[in-house]
Amino acid sequence: MKFMLIMRSTDAAKKEYEKADFEKIINAMGAYNESLIKAGVLLSGDGLADDLSDAFVVDFNTETPLVTDGPYGETHELFSGFWILEVGSKEEAIEWATRCPLGPGSKLEVRRVTDMSDFAEFADNEYLKKEERWREELEAK
Amino acid sequence: MTAATDIRRTVDAVWRIEGARIVATLAKMTGDVGLAEDLAQEAVLDALKQWPESGVPQNAGAWLTAIAKRKAIDGWRRRERLDERYRAIAHDLDQAGEDEWQPIDDDVLRLVFTACHPVLSREAQVALTLRVVAGLTTEEIARLLLVPVATVQQRIVRAKKTLSTAKVPFEAPEPAEWPARLSAVLGVVYLLFTEGYAATSGDRWIRTELASEALRLGRVLAGLLPREPEVHGLVALMEFQASRFAARTARDGSPILLADQDRSRWDRAQIGRGLAALQKADAVGRGRGSYSLQAAIAECHATAASVDDTDWEQIVLLYEALGRIAPSPVIDLNRAVAVSMATGPANALRIVDSLVAEGALRGSYLLPSVRGELLAQLGRVDEARSELLTAARRTANEKERAVLEAKARSL
Repeated sequence: MKFMLIMRSTDAAKKEYEKADFEKIINAMGAYNESLIKAGVLLSGDGLADDLSDAFVVDFNTETPLVTDGPYGETHELFSGFWILEVGSKEEAIEWATRCPLGPGSKLEVRRVTDMSDFAEFADNEYLKKEERWREELEAK
Repeated sequence: MTAATDIRRTVDAVWRIEGARIVATLAKMTGDVGLAEDLAQEAVLDALKQWPESGVPQNAGAWLTAIAKRKAIDGWRRRERLDERYRAIAHDLDQAGEDEWQPIDDDVLRLVFTACHPVLSREAQVALTLRVVAGLTTEEIARLLLVPVATVQQRIVRAKKTLSTAKVPFEAPEPAEWPARLSAVLGVVYLLFTEGYAATSGDRWIRTELASEALRLGRVLAGLLPREPEVHGLVALMEFQASRFAARTARDGSPILLADQDRSRWDRAQIGRGLAALQKADAVGRGRGSYSLQAAIAECHATAASVDDTDWEQIVLLYEALGRIAPSPVIDLNRAVAVSMATGPANALRIVDSLVAEGALRGSYLLPSVRGELLAQLGRVDEARSELLTAARRTANEKERAVLEAKARSL
């Protein structure tokens, strides 16, 4: 089972972070990531830049998708990074998530990543199409 | 009841994450993996009793380790074997807080080598590795291996007795033994993967889980042995093969051949991880071993847009190298198929004919089916038909037989 740990931080929490010893934060996060790698559960992960000058939003409400700079409200919790873990159970995902070295103002939203069992129907359809093609080819020979 | 079930699940999750390090720490202390596992299990039982009341401790792994260590010392006290060494451990334990538990990677590595020790049967190695290294419960192992729980229990008990009887030390192998012992460890991991990947029986989602388990073990090993190219090679091979999971089996579990697979359904992220792992293997700078070569072949397929776009000449070279370091008629046959794709059926037929002359793969349907295919491409229809029908008679798989017979009829 794959889970995505989505990190969200409030602006207030980000300001607190700026005051904190940054090297300490990097070390704690590094140790956490290392423990994930050593356990063989980390598939991928990245942080998202705080600088929003390269960020944008695409809104599909209009006929032509609308690209804007926002909205990122003051109190909005910014999506600031993610991990994808492959684990044996939801409980294991909870164990890993609660070990993440985050503080007040930060949250992890954890969601299961879909796998092929979620698309069993789709797989069937693909197969049926394939089998049809295969039969046609045999008959054509 | 719900609370008890929740605690059980939480304890299982903690065991899954910490089990190997807990057992490794205890084995280092007692010198006995079997005893270490027993002590850890007793600590787990204590957790199941106490955590519903006390809550799950902040550092659950350290808690379990401390409890198990105390149980070890109590055991020695009962048997009046509290000699100097154990007295020192007991003293340290009284002084140290739970948070000071610092398991060492080397101990986990010793645990891996002990679980895959050559005195154990393959079945015992597999069961013990899943139990103490992968941190699975006996029930989970039984489900993954499609055997009764009692069988898994017996295998683990027996494995522990064998280790104890053979006085296997809790040590990593000596340099002279290292290559063979490492190869045994990688063999166990790859066996688990192929068991899951081949999906010859059982629910295929469960079999996928077994393959994921093997991949996880492979990644753990890569973390423990970053300077061993074949560990990365094995991880790369498993990543590439697993990237095809969604595309490789039909609804009824029958396999879809590589050439017929919908490549848009291959897992690109997984292929990317395979590429990264193979790069790590190469970066060590000691050349490619058999897992790395197999991974490189899988890489050629994984990165090709279609069968026609595949770099078959590269695959031929890789099979040649693989055949030299790990000679096998199956590899030669695969090489023949690659040669037919690269330079045509005539060259390939020469390889297959020499396999026939050697009497290799006698009784297998593979040889006549490949030979029949090549003869058909060369327009030698009568011989081709006869080979395909021989192959059809030999295969145990109904679907395969139907395909071969249809092919023979169509000539």
